Amino acid sequence: MAITQEEILAGLSEIIDEIAGVPADEVTPDKTFVDDLDIDSLSMVEIAVAAQDKFGVEIPDDQLKDLKTVQDVIDYVGRASVSA
Amino acid sequence: MRIHQGSAGARVLAFGGYQPARIVTNDELSATVDTNDEWIRSRVGIESRRIAAPDETVADMAVAAAGKALAGSGLSPADIDLVIVATCTPEVMIPNTAAVVARRLGINAPGAYDLNAACAGFCYALANASDAIRAGSARHVLVIGTEKLSQWVDWTDRSTCIIFADGAGAAVVGPVAEPGTGDAAEQAPGVGPVVWGSDGAMADKIYIKDRDSFIFQEGQSVFRWATTALHPVALQACADAGVDPAELDVFVPHQANLRIIEAIARKLGAPQAKIATDIVNAGNTSSASIPLALSRMIEHGELSSGDKALLIGFGAGVCYAAQVITLP
Repeated sequence: MAITQEEILAGLSEIIDEIAGVPADEVTPDKTFVDDLDIDSLSMVEIAVAAQDKFGVEIPDDQLKDLKTVQDVIDYVGRASVSA
Repeated sequence: MRIHQGSAGARVLAFGGYQPARIVTNDELSATVDTNDEWIRSRVGIESRRIAAPDETVADMAVAAAGKALAGSGLSPADIDLVIVATCTPEVMIPNTAAVVARRLGINAPGAYDLNAACAGFCYALANASDAIRAGSARHVLVIGTEKLSQWVDWTDRSTCIIFADGAGAAVVGPVAEPGTGDAAEQAPGVGPVVWGSDGAMADKIYIKDRDSFIFQEGQSVFRWATTALHPVALQACADAGVDPAELDVFVPHQANLRIIEAIARKLGAPQAKIATDIVNAGNTSSASIPLALSRMIEHGELSSGDKALLIGFGAGVCYAAQVITLP
């Protein structure tokens, strides 16, 4: 069964809290990583690695730069986990 | 044919370090490139770095660091029979740096070679030194990491000029004491088995294209590799040495980036170990960073003789090497 958007958001929130110290309730789909959540490019790599462990979806560096918002990551993980 | 029988083990007898006089602060860099102190501290953890004088060479810095290590070891130049210089920024390709450095230190006719494993160079050279002593092809080895990265940095490129710096570090490595001589510490092997490797598929992540080019680094890819691939190497070095991570006194990774250092350290299961963070005031000095950090921590009284230290060098190639050592 495919993972739901809500499940991805919940998992992603946990990861972002752990790596960047952003409280889970601040992580909403419309937020941008850099401007809204103050997450830099190196933390994004750590988030991508943690997301790979959690969701089994690899996010390579050349894809990572296009993921600007929380929703972008949710969509990426959602698409990849369906096709996996 | 006869072959040599070497020592039962090797140990580090002394460390020495050298930093150029000129301190370059983040604010100084901010005056010429679009960056600032807060950004640099948060991304790489550097507050200031040392940059060599225009006429100061990697050999000059190597001689300064090695002279201190030699003095600390209590040996004389005549006792050294092999000199290994780890550098990826030699002043010239021919002749090598090692023979020149040996000559300036008054070491007569040692084996002398340069070794390029980029930022892993010191750990590679230390492994070679230990093996040479154990094989009987050398008795006392001078191992030096020395770099003048400033001459390969584009000082208008804010992604690299904030990171790289100059300096040198050295170690004198010798045999363990023969049974019946010396104390227990002198009889115990002090350089553990090396765990090393490389991955040429990542050769395009850190490179200098040609002699007219500057150093290029794909920061995110290097960060991902360093924070995911290296802690297993470090843990294997502990396992091979029979040292539990919980027994480590200090973790001394190559001083690449404070966030890489902290990320690897978190994954070791060694919360009691001190972590070398020499990068804060030294910058990334490639093959010099590990012996430089160790010599400075020893000089500041942060470490004691007999401490167990886990070293891991990693960088362009990519190349990596780790070993556990006992501090002199």
